[in-house]
Amino acid sequence: MSELHHMGLAELAAGLRARRFSSFELTETFLKRIEASQGALNAFISVTREAALAQAAAADRALAAGTGGALEGVPVAHKDLFCTKGVRTTCGSRMLDKFVSPYDATVVAKLKSAGAVMLGKTNMDEFAMGSSNETSYYGPVRNPWDPRLVPGGSSGGSAAAVAARLVPGATATDTGGSIRQPAALCGITGLKPTYGRVSRYGMVAFASSLDQGGVLTASAADAALMLREMAGFDPNDSTSVEREVPDYVAELDAPLAGLRVGLLQEFFDKGLEPGNEQRIRAALKVFESLGARLSEVSLPNLPLSVPVYYVVAPAECSSNLARFDGVRYGHRCEKPRDLTDLYRRTRGEGFGAEVKRRIMTGTYVLSAGYYDAYYLKAQRVRQLISADFTRAFTGVDVLMGPTTPTPAFPIGAKTSDPITMYLNDIYTIGANLAGLPAVSIPCGFVSELPVGLQIVGPHFSEARLLAAAHAFQRATDWHRRIPAGYA
Amino acid sequence: MSDWETVIGLEIHAQLATRSKIFSGSATAYGAPANSQANLVDLGYPGVLPVLNGAAVRMAVKLGLAINATIAPLSVFARKNYFYPDLPKGYQISQYELPIVAHGALDIVLDDGKVKRIGITRAHLEEDAGKSLHEGLPGVTGVDLNRAGTPLVEIVSEPDLRSAREAVAYMKKVHTLVRYLEICDGNMQEGSFRCDANVSVRHAGEHRFGTRAEIKNLNSFRFVERAINYEVARQIDVLEGGGKVVQETRLYDPDKGETRSMRSKEEANDYRYFPDPDLLPVAIDAALIESVRATLPELPDQKAARFVSQYALPGYDAQVLTASRELADYYEAVTRAAPADPKLAANWVMGELAAALNKESLEIGSSRMTAERLAGLLKRISDQTISGKLAKEVFEAMWSGGTEADAVITARGLRQITDSAAIERVIDEVMQKNPGQLAEYRAGKDKLFGFFVGQVMKATGGKANPAQLNELLKRKLGGSA
Repeated sequence: MSELHHMGLAELAAGLRARRFSSFELTETFLKRIEASQGALNAFISVTREAALAQAAAADRALAAGTGGALEGVPVAHKDLFCTKGVRTTCGSRMLDKFVSPYDATVVAKLKSAGAVMLGKTNMDEFAMGSSNETSYYGPVRNPWDPRLVPGGSSGGSAAAVAARLVPGATATDTGGSIRQPAALCGITGLKPTYGRVSRYGMVAFASSLDQGGVLTASAADAALMLREMAGFDPNDSTSVEREVPDYVAELDAPLAGLRVGLLQEFFDKGLEPGNEQRIRAALKVFESLGARLSEVSLPNLPLSVPVYYVVAPAECSSNLARFDGVRYGHRCEKPRDLTDLYRRTRGEGFGAEVKRRIMTGTYVLSAGYYDAYYLKAQRVRQLISADFTRAFTGVDVLMGPTTPTPAFPIGAKTSDPITMYLNDIYTIGANLAGLPAVSIPCGFVSELPVGLQIVGPHFSEARLLAAAHAFQRATDWHRRIPAGYA
Repeated sequence: MSDWETVIGLEIHAQLATRSKIFSGSATAYGAPANSQANLVDLGYPGVLPVLNGAAVRMAVKLGLAINATIAPLSVFARKNYFYPDLPKGYQISQYELPIVAHGALDIVLDDGKVKRIGITRAHLEEDAGKSLHEGLPGVTGVDLNRAGTPLVEIVSEPDLRSAREAVAYMKKVHTLVRYLEICDGNMQEGSFRCDANVSVRHAGEHRFGTRAEIKNLNSFRFVERAINYEVARQIDVLEGGGKVVQETRLYDPDKGETRSMRSKEEANDYRYFPDPDLLPVAIDAALIESVRATLPELPDQKAARFVSQYALPGYDAQVLTASRELADYYEAVTRAAPADPKLAANWVMGELAAALNKESLEIGSSRMTAERLAGLLKRISDQTISGKLAKEVFEAMWSGGTEADAVITARGLRQITDSAAIERVIDEVMQKNPGQLAEYRAGKDKLFGFFVGQVMKATGGKANPAQLNELLKRKLGGSA
């Protein structure tokens, strides 16, 4: 038997059910790994050791009785913007440093009822605003492949934790690439589902029309299992879609032969580093060898994604974050003189620079006299981008391209220039604007740093994306690579 | 002064009578302990999401149908962003560019009896905010979020109203309507029905509107009338003094009877409205509209018209009696039980009964006099058992004693004397006792007729049938018998 932490989430679930090891043992193994790595990686904001072991013991009893859910006893971690009852939910912000949620997010409740054991809450960019995990109030997360580098963001803690095998699977959210970009930079599998596939209830909102919860795991097979347990209509989320959840696991082996793959021309641009491009092109060859038919596809409006995103997302964020006012929960400044002082100092102290920048941008683009020129125009362009995708999917089944233009970059390298940082999401934002599912899978290394391949599909094509990713992962072993020091 | 014209538009906020809030499952009951009816959604907790209450949508559609408005096949909720402690999310969910109801109208009856049509620009759904509390909390402000998330429909009129009287007539009409539709309890003291008035003045004949002031939160018909009258006079004063009216929001102080400035246009919030991404557009199809239409009751105007034709009532009576569904139902219950004289029933319901209710500040629903009992009294008037005058005495006894008309009449011996011979006997006695007056009368002092009527009534304890008495007395005094 290989070491426990080498096994993926699906394999662990099967092992637990076969009683080859106990959940308690498994949980203890991963907790120790988390605790040992915390100084080096800073992947967690909270570790819930006692609760986890108690949950594991309960899972073992269920497994012994032959009951329990599909993830019974399997350790997971939640990005710290999923509300967890009785557990601190900080969003990586001083604003919520002491906030203990009185309720579970739907995703958290679903995974809990499937039997998953929560080990803790993962570090993230403050309120999910960032591409490098450097905006966290709790300090940056470090990339397990090279601690001088960023893990990507905003789900950097979840990605680093899975890459370093501190946990076999973690929840994450993706507003402009926050699952796929860190998955690429950390060499793991990250799936952002279709907008509306996974409930947003209990997921602290950044940009409501773009936010979507998803998974970070070692492989597509693991992602399929975890997503199956998380997805589904939620009466508490009006934007979740009432549509049956397919058995993604059962559909993993759907044949790939004949899959029509569109290569997104706009993604093979000047910004794409040659090393990354090489790895992507090599991966495409693998798909071709598996029977995929490749063709070039152009989405002419796609290059407008970044400017559109940086109008829409801040606009929604400026409104979503207005509730953090020091009145009912969260940070409150000392001895406010009056109401204005309460607001000014509470928010001034509670929010970091990037969050403030986006609130101000968003407030500006929604202001009287600017609304039409910015917000309304951005929404129109957003529709054009969506239409581009729809048109592309009449000729191809999936689109492929790089997830990021470069591999992981050094901590501090881009913090002084927000625009350069924003451009890191240039290939991922389109799927959010159009509400499409997309997955990033590891497809090789450049200077010992992982490179991610992105696959984008039509709405609700998660099964197709996962099957394609799974076929690739059966033919390659990039997803099995573990950073030195964490093997 | 006389060449000034007043222009008024009202924004009426009616709280919808749903059991739960517009975007959460919390109860909407009034008067619960502070913050006991606010759940995580109402409190704006991180991560919570709104879910639209379908009952509120149906109520808005019902209103739209009742004012002959267009029901939008797709309407959109928007966020109105501003900071205030009683606004938990930092924005109010409302409707802005695409309201659920648009282009309706209501007819009001003016003082001179003429009917005037008032345009209704739109009606939209929104959530109420909480309440800031200052009383009994020295140095701090309390926040009660029970009201936060209560469903409101805001009904915006065209600037078609030309006086405070018209504004009040219109507001009363809307008040009547929402209660008919059972979409709002209309309780103004509890704030379930309130309005903002946009008021401006201009020279008669001018086409452009003057600069308006918005008077906020008027929660009684009397305040609406007084606030508007004060504001009109203030604006005319300003203009005639060579000044300019400033566009601003004003508050009415009922104690001082005046309006005062709250904030000017420059200080006004930029609400940064944008479509709420947490809620899908509200889709309303023909099937929903028809299912709501099937629940529409007879509307006030239809009922009033029917009262005129079915009961031959004057238009004024029909208007008064249909002012509330309960009053109309009461009236119809009376006429059902005493069908002989619907106009008599109208007189009594609008007269004695209304006065008695008014005296004790009772609503018709809590009347101590049931419709059947009142009908019992009216029957005794119609069949001449008692005179109309004595009937008032019987009514009072019935009101305070809770008894039937016949019981009072019997107990007090109030049965009317309709036996001609008996009345003649009394007349003869009176004539004998007052020979001087009789002589004067016969000499041409006609006025003394009333004296003799009084004397006979006195002698019979008011029970003589007045019509018979008149006829017999005339004959006897004239000496013809």
